[in-house]
Amino acid sequence: MTVTTASTTGDAIEPRPDVVTLTIDGVQTSVPKGTLIIRAAEQLGVAVPRFCDHPLLDPVAACRMCLIEVEGMPKPQPACAVTCSDGMVVKTQMTSGVADEAQRSVMEFLLINHPLDCAICDKGGECPLQNQAMTNGQGDTRFDGPKRTFPKPINLSAQVLLDRERCVSCARCTRFAEQIAGDPFIELLERGSQQQVGIAAGIPFNSYYSGNTIQICPVGALTSAMYRFRSRPFDLVSTPTACEHCASGCSLRTDSRRNSVMRRLAAVDPDVNEEWNCDKGRFAFRYLESDRRLSTPLIRENGQLRSASWNEALVAAAAGLKAATGKTGVFTGGRLMVEDAYAYSVFTRRVLGTNDIDFRPRGSSTEEEMFLANRVAGRGLGPTYADLEASQTVLLVAFEPEDESPIVFLRLRKAARAGTQVVSIAPSASRGLVKTGGTWIPAAPGSEAFVVDDLNDDWVAALGQPGAVILVGQRAAASEGLLSAVVRLADRTGANLGWIPRRAGDRGAVDAGLLPTLLPGGRPVADAAARVDTAAIWGVADVPEAPGRDITGMLAAIESGDLEAILVSGVRMDDLPTGSEAGLRDARFVVALDTHHHELVELADVVLPVAAAPEKAGTFINWEGRKRSSSQALTTSLMSDARVLAALAGELGFDDIDGDPARLRAQLDEFAGWEGARVGSPEVVAADPETGTGFLLATWRPLLEPTAMQEGEPYLAATAPKRQVWLSPSEAATIGATEGQPITVSGASGSVTAPLVVTEVAEGTVVVTGDAYRSVGHIDGRVQVAV
Amino acid sequence: MPLTPVLSAHWDEADSYTLDGYRRHGGYDALPIAFAQQSDDVIQLVKDSGLRGRGGAGFPTGMKWGFVPQGDGKPHYLVVNADESEPGACKDVPLMLANPHSLVEGVIIASYAIRANHAFIYIRGEVPHAIRRVAAAVREAYAAGLLGSNIEGSGFDLEVTVHAGAGAYICGEETALLDSLEGFRGQPRLKPPFPAVAGLYGSPTVVNNVETIASVPSIVANGADWYTSYGSEKSPGVKLFAVSGHVERPGIFEAPMGTTMRELLQWAGGMRKGHRLKFWVPGGSSVPLLTEEHLDVPYTYEDIAAAGSMLGTGTPMVFDETTSVTRAVTRWLEFYKHESCGKCTPCREGTYWLVDLLRRLEAGIGSDTDITRINEVSAQIAGRSFCALGDAAATPFPGAIKYFADEIALGTHTTAAELFDPVAATVFTGVNA
Repeated sequence: MTVTTASTTGDAIEPRPDVVTLTIDGVQTSVPKGTLIIRAAEQLGVAVPRFCDHPLLDPVAACRMCLIEVEGMPKPQPACAVTCSDGMVVKTQMTSGVADEAQRSVMEFLLINHPLDCAICDKGGECPLQNQAMTNGQGDTRFDGPKRTFPKPINLSAQVLLDRERCVSCARCTRFAEQIAGDPFIELLERGSQQQVGIAAGIPFNSYYSGNTIQICPVGALTSAMYRFRSRPFDLVSTPTACEHCASGCSLRTDSRRNSVMRRLAAVDPDVNEEWNCDKGRFAFRYLESDRRLSTPLIRENGQLRSASWNEALVAAAAGLKAATGKTGVFTGGRLMVEDAYAYSVFTRRVLGTNDIDFRPRGSSTEEEMFLANRVAGRGLGPTYADLEASQTVLLVAFEPEDESPIVFLRLRKAARAGTQVVSIAPSASRGLVKTGGTWIPAAPGSEAFVVDDLNDDWVAALGQPGAVILVGQRAAASEGLLSAVVRLADRTGANLGWIPRRAGDRGAVDAGLLPTLLPGGRPVADAAARVDTAAIWGVADVPEAPGRDITGMLAAIESGDLEAILVSGVRMDDLPTGSEAGLRDARFVVALDTHHHELVELADVVLPVAAAPEKAGTFINWEGRKRSSSQALTTSLMSDARVLAALAGELGFDDIDGDPARLRAQLDEFAGWEGARVGSPEVVAADPETGTGFLLATWRPLLEPTAMQEGEPYLAATAPKRQVWLSPSEAATIGATEGQPITVSGASGSVTAPLVVTEVAEGTVVVTGDAYRSVGHIDGRVQVAV
Repeated sequence: MPLTPVLSAHWDEADSYTLDGYRRHGGYDALPIAFAQQSDDVIQLVKDSGLRGRGGAGFPTGMKWGFVPQGDGKPHYLVVNADESEPGACKDVPLMLANPHSLVEGVIIASYAIRANHAFIYIRGEVPHAIRRVAAAVREAYAAGLLGSNIEGSGFDLEVTVHAGAGAYICGEETALLDSLEGFRGQPRLKPPFPAVAGLYGSPTVVNNVETIASVPSIVANGADWYTSYGSEKSPGVKLFAVSGHVERPGIFEAPMGTTMRELLQWAGGMRKGHRLKFWVPGGSSVPLLTEEHLDVPYTYEDIAAAGSMLGTGTPMVFDETTSVTRAVTRWLEFYKHESCGKCTPCREGTYWLVDLLRRLEAGIGSDTDITRINEVSAQIAGRSFCALGDAAATPFPGAIKYFADEIALGTHTTAAELFDPVAATVFTGVNA
């Protein structure tokens, strides 16, 4: 945008067809065609007051707060809904008495039925109504009649509460629900001054994104059950953080009071989460104050864990690891910031002298390891959210965005609304896919690789267009040959390939080399030049040459006695493959670094407590490969994983192992841009699907489930969708079941029963929503389904 | 000026609402005349006739039709606004009851002109008898091959859907009507885009009033010159004037534009016996009231505007000296408050406030400040609301205080009921006396 004052000399500027020039408050300005007056004014530093206007929502011009004068138009115009045109002369409240008077009038109207209970309102102190009443209203009201009142508050969902008398009917919340989230569970009801936001009877506002409506409410009408009446904005200390819950990589604002998190808000980050986040990122932080938090080191004595000093615990841990020199493996989970992940990479290779490390407790797949090493590790940024928005076609494989990376879902939906075609190779046409107007390509579990290979020419051609993107989910690893097929497809079409893991630390773990065959920055362990390069950066003579074992290999090695000790961090028993517990019990020595007590921690010989994400500064790498830096929001006496590892290394005689996050990050950065050899593309051929009796089970972990990091937040948990069983109409008819009927799905580990939804499901497949692998289990790859 | 019955010419016949009754007097004869012309020529004919929208705004009909982009590859729609809900307006419902086929014929011709193959008639939900009449007429027309595919061998196809509203004044606003018709909650849409570009289901749509569309067949049959021979240059043609209130014979009088209220009063048998005119409202409660001094103002868009009001729906409400102007205005505002859709702040909150203030005056507990405030609040609504409903709500009081300031000021100490016996203003007055 160019800004010139009317008084500048008239240098001839060539008119551009995509730009219009207008005057706002006497200042001439040029803006792209289609720019709304309110945005053009903002760019000049003129704040036109507004309530219903939101830059990411379609204009509605309902509140009338932004009325301004446009020369030649008989009435004041809403600046939020009128686009700039050439030669337009706009006068805002700064220069027009008409505009100023109109705005004051509207403000007066807004306040006549507003309770003015600012003193007890959550919004008081950060309220657009309060603020703009001060800047664009009059000090006193002339209204002396009875105000409209409502019983208060009402639940829109377990989490979102509505105080109707505070509402100014701006429709931001309802428009967000409809336009952004695609969950139009809230709508304006009734007429006139009785107009109010409401839900349909029995259908609460259970959207994964419901919390955003609270944040964009310009008054205190929407509040969350968990924050309501707990704090005042001016008592809060705000810290910019990155969300630790998934690989979407949202920028958040963490608000704390007296070192306790009170709430979290979505921060503005146009490249990533725009102005939104999901309810898990917003509300799931009570785990920080759980009774199960580890606060002191523990050591096992007479079979029981007892508190110990750091010194005692580090000595004990070092002794145990020393006794198992060369026979120690490392399991890490997905919660690590990249600095900590890198510290594990260094510790494992330098101190333990092994490549036995794997960040994938969910299960081992050599194919996935090759895929990650070849396509993901150290590749830097891309594809990005912007690429999704710009693409004509996005193919999803083994990926359910709404559950598995909710901000990716929002961006896909935004793209789809602008014309992007979303295609999903999946066992069913999920509601999320429907909301993106997507096309479903059926693929029964296990057959996805064949479906990818047999993709029809039209889709292949679409993926061959510039900008096309393929997003493959972490679950693809569970379907043999699928990642190989996806790589083939990407290579054949030239489509931009992105991998979307579930957890916030996963991509960083790949980049840091937390895999048995991978050093930091995508360097293969097997490549001598890569090892030399790594050793040079670390200032050591060499790094271990023998490829390490993955999780399955390590568990087997414990059983066979080849491994004696395990260092484990951020891994729960539930994360590991079924039956791992017995193997871990066989380990002679277990050191656990963790934030909370849980089954696996209870099994350790030495437990070292570590800081959780909001308690330390660091960086997550999101699915795009983008650094998401997070400041320390809470003070704590606990140390980060990296610092604990440095201390442990010191005990083991390695005094030069660094625990400082900034220096670790700087050193990891030196690994960027590897141009040497890479691990080859995976070329696994999928086995023909086995035939058997019963159904193939399709299931995945939902966004909201009772996991450790969601504990302590019952209101959030109550908004989680209830489990369902999905069958195709023909399969439902075969077993004689009808919509809504309870269906039991059973397998080796047990059974689940949930109501039936008859929908589009691949042949021979049953979908159980909400992860059910563990509770059902397969028998010969199959499950039984019965009414 | 004489009465000029066109639409209402045969309302006194027992079967005026049937296809036979309509055909007996040349009904559907305009169809072949229209089909013999190009669509654009029909639009031009309507432009030449100077027909203006009879729903209240008076927008030139032919011009509206001309806004529909042609050859755009999208379906076009004609939507008839039969959501007659304006207080005082009672012309479309009788027209649909007595002569529904004139509407159907007009729908066919208008659809042919704008190249729409699907038309909708959106009828106010509270008038099931009118809905039944129109639905029956549409059924008859289908049976007679006047609707459906290849109408009368013209090659023109048209489906007509009769749709019942659910009872909201706001759905008479054309974009709210479209939302309602699409199955959404009726609230006005942001313009632009205007319906002619993106209306029903996002496609080019013409929304016209019942009387407007029903007038089309007679214009096509008799020519633009015939139509412009009535009325004034800016307000040509004939119109249904529905006179209600304190007159001897309330009713509908079809007369040329330019007819005066004095003539309408005469046809309506004059004021109630023993009473005299206090004020009258020319076109529904949304226009400012006029008084005896305006009885000779010609009923044209321009002359009524010059007199300080609006022609509106052309359905005068007449009030005699038993009426409390404060009470009348309060009732109107209560209506607007009740019917405000709630979308925009000035209308939603302003009508709430106005009713509170007016009720004080009616109860004799108002103050001078309240009177000033009503004027101010009205001014705060006017021109700032989302749609014309807000402007309409801002109209009655400023119109009333212009002529009845002294009477309104009595509301600071005396109730309206004390000043004007409510029963005296009703038709029951004297029944139990």
